[in-house]
Amino acid sequence: MKLRKLAVAASLAAIGLSAALTAPAAFAAEEQFFPVLAYRTGAYAPNGAPWANGFVDYMKLANVRGGVNGVKMIWEECETGYATDRGVECYERLKAKHGGATAVQPLSTGITFALTEKAPVDKIPVITAGYGRSESQNGAVFSWNFPLVGTYWSGADVLVQHIAKKEGGFDKLKGKKIALVYHDSPYGKEPIALLQERGKMHGFEVSLLPVAHPGVEQKATWLQIRQNKPDYVFLWGWGVMNSTSIKEAQATGYPREKMYGVWWSGAEPDVKDVGEGAKGYNALAMQHGAEPNSKVIKEVLASLHAKGQGTGPKEEVGQVLYMRGLISAMVQTEAVRVAQGRYGKGKRITGEQMRWGLENLNLDQKALDALGFAGVMRPVHTTCIDHMGSGFARIHTWDGKKWNFSSDWYEADQKVLRPMVMLASAKYASEKKITPRTPEDCKK
Amino acid sequence: MFYRENGQFKTTYQSDQQIFAIPQDRWAILAIVAFAFIGIPLLVDEYLFRAILIPFLILSLAALGVNILVGYCGQITLGAGASMAVGAYAAYNFLIRVDGMPALAAILLGGLVAAVAGIVFGAPSLRVRGLYLAVATLAAQFFWDWAFLRIKWFTNNASSGSVSVADINLLGWTISSPTDKYLFCLGILVVFSLAAKNLVRGAIGRQWMAIRDMDVAATVIGIRPMYAKLSAFAVSSFYIGVAGALWGFVHLGSWEPAAFSIDRSFQLLFMVIIGGMGAIAGSFFGAAFIVILPIFLNQMLALVGSWFGVEVSIALVSHVEIMVFGALIVFFLIVEPHGIARLWSTGREKLRLWPFPH
Repeated sequence: MKLRKLAVAASLAAIGLSAALTAPAAFAAEEQFFPVLAYRTGAYAPNGAPWANGFVDYMKLANVRGGVNGVKMIWEECETGYATDRGVECYERLKAKHGGATAVQPLSTGITFALTEKAPVDKIPVITAGYGRSESQNGAVFSWNFPLVGTYWSGADVLVQHIAKKEGGFDKLKGKKIALVYHDSPYGKEPIALLQERGKMHGFEVSLLPVAHPGVEQKATWLQIRQNKPDYVFLWGWGVMNSTSIKEAQATGYPREKMYGVWWSGAEPDVKDVGEGAKGYNALAMQHGAEPNSKVIKEVLASLHAKGQGTGPKEEVGQVLYMRGLISAMVQTEAVRVAQGRYGKGKRITGEQMRWGLENLNLDQKALDALGFAGVMRPVHTTCIDHMGSGFARIHTWDGKKWNFSSDWYEADQKVLRPMVMLASAKYASEKKITPRTPEDCKK
Repeated sequence: MFYRENGQFKTTYQSDQQIFAIPQDRWAILAIVAFAFIGIPLLVDEYLFRAILIPFLILSLAALGVNILVGYCGQITLGAGASMAVGAYAAYNFLIRVDGMPALAAILLGGLVAAVAGIVFGAPSLRVRGLYLAVATLAAQFFWDWAFLRIKWFTNNASSGSVSVADINLLGWTISSPTDKYLFCLGILVVFSLAAKNLVRGAIGRQWMAIRDMDVAATVIGIRPMYAKLSAFAVSSFYIGVAGALWGFVHLGSWEPAAFSIDRSFQLLFMVIIGGMGAIAGSFFGAAFIVILPIFLNQMLALVGSWFGVEVSIALVSHVEIMVFGALIVFFLIVEPHGIARLWSTGREKLRLWPFPH
């Protein structure tokens, strides 16, 4: 009798469990799924979390606005901890769900390198807005990588242009010393090639100072800087490395006005702890800075956070990294719209169709203003062979309380960038035995 | 009832001393291996291959290597990640610098280079033991971390420091799909496990175990400690090096030095501790446990959260993972220091008597 009761209870439990496990498999046909590879734990979480919040918030906003011709965005988050193998595992787990991932944004140059191998096989575009391999700008070789709006070479180029402007011309750079304090990872090493190229062109010396992960040990690095007294320090850090660098600069007395961070080293988490000590610190702004007054932010606050639907704390909305995530989701959504224009409005698009959409992105100022990005972004125009779409950037400076723009718009010099991109992508193509696409291939 | 040896009489020493002396064992193992080769490719989808099975196979190979060193020879090592890195980068360099080098040969040569490096960095074991040896192997870990970041020759002067490998070719069979990769790794694992089992049952294995149990007494009875310890380092590093080469070539495809950091060393050590030190099967149990646990926790926590209507954030899942890991390691060290392998062999002992209690 007892055994029978036990058996019945066990079988009921098993049925219940299996039902729960198999339940939400079916997806509504007209939904675009995006895996969100985020890191909310670990040494890089202070910077990764705001990005993810902005990213998810924009997709919620797009749904509130009615989706893309009625097609809603759906997503699932997965914790990568900025580790390549976890990122790959997350990608593998999520890529086939809900009918297939439409695009993936790994937010890590290391994970990007790994996914660059896998994406062409799975036919899922990898969007690396503002990071990733700089040579992936060449869409003829890297047909599935999209370093939209900026790469590290375009960013480093803008920095060099800015300091040349400050010095009074490129010729005045001769004999100057620039120290690059960088995160010792593929991310940190990206700008070296461009800085050395520009160094050869203009006669300035580039000294390379790597900082090992996670970047809290920088006393030796800054002691070296104190001895060498470079004219400028470029900071290519991430996570806690950024605030540590600024604190060490303060400790060794290096003027923060001469420090320039990349757009991943120029956000509120990096300077908030340091406060007044970071005053005067400059960083690249990948077109946008902190934009609390923009139309899109006001819309997010009104339609999401006011109703308790927002992601993350309300204070974060409009901050630099939040905007970065927002913009990354925006270009993704607009690419869906472009793809729908060709493949059928109101229908779900596949990864290949998304790629076409990403390659034919033509966001003019009117479209951007309509989306709420007036004064925040400049037009983005991608083609089959240019997957970056826009080389514009500005500089913003921390005044102790907030980021203020301190320069005009700069555009990365394609005359310098193009040969480097073509050379590096040709090397990759020969290693991987890829035949670069021709314009005819692109039209398909 | 099924597992008794009644009526089984061994007539030769060979049949008595073979690895799976009992026919039930032999049939079971053959069935498992056959299922692994034939059944799993038919049943399993791509995600399970890529995310669970292939990492499991490669990490069991590495755990096998660590077990030989830590479990059988008693030399604690925190440099297993470095051996994986040496194997991976050496195999990469052989592959790209030598024209026409077959991938499998590159992987094995990578393992050999790792073995040599293991001997060099295992030399401190001749002078120090226990915690001090752990620190010395930690030095190896950091040294190789530094070497692969700074010395450009190892990464073929790649500006990013990342290296990548195209599809592997084995005698005309291009290993590109997940099923191919799974079968390739499984084949290598089966051969290497058989070799490891025979090594630890042989003279060299007995020397290792003598050194582990009481190295002074072992020296007294004539076992040469240098030979035993360095051979343990060599064989172990060979296994771990081959596993590292497979990890880079087959699982990741493209990697940077951070893929073989100190966290990897800890992970391998935990696999061996939880799985069972001094037992070949322990490496497999430990690897399965550690590969599957994070994914299991992830899915389970999300599921439990959905039952209660609570959305579990990915940060919470990550933190719970770390807490559960730590708790489990402490639990195993207190309750069952010999790991899951001991639980398994206890289970088998009971199974031999079943349905009788004794």
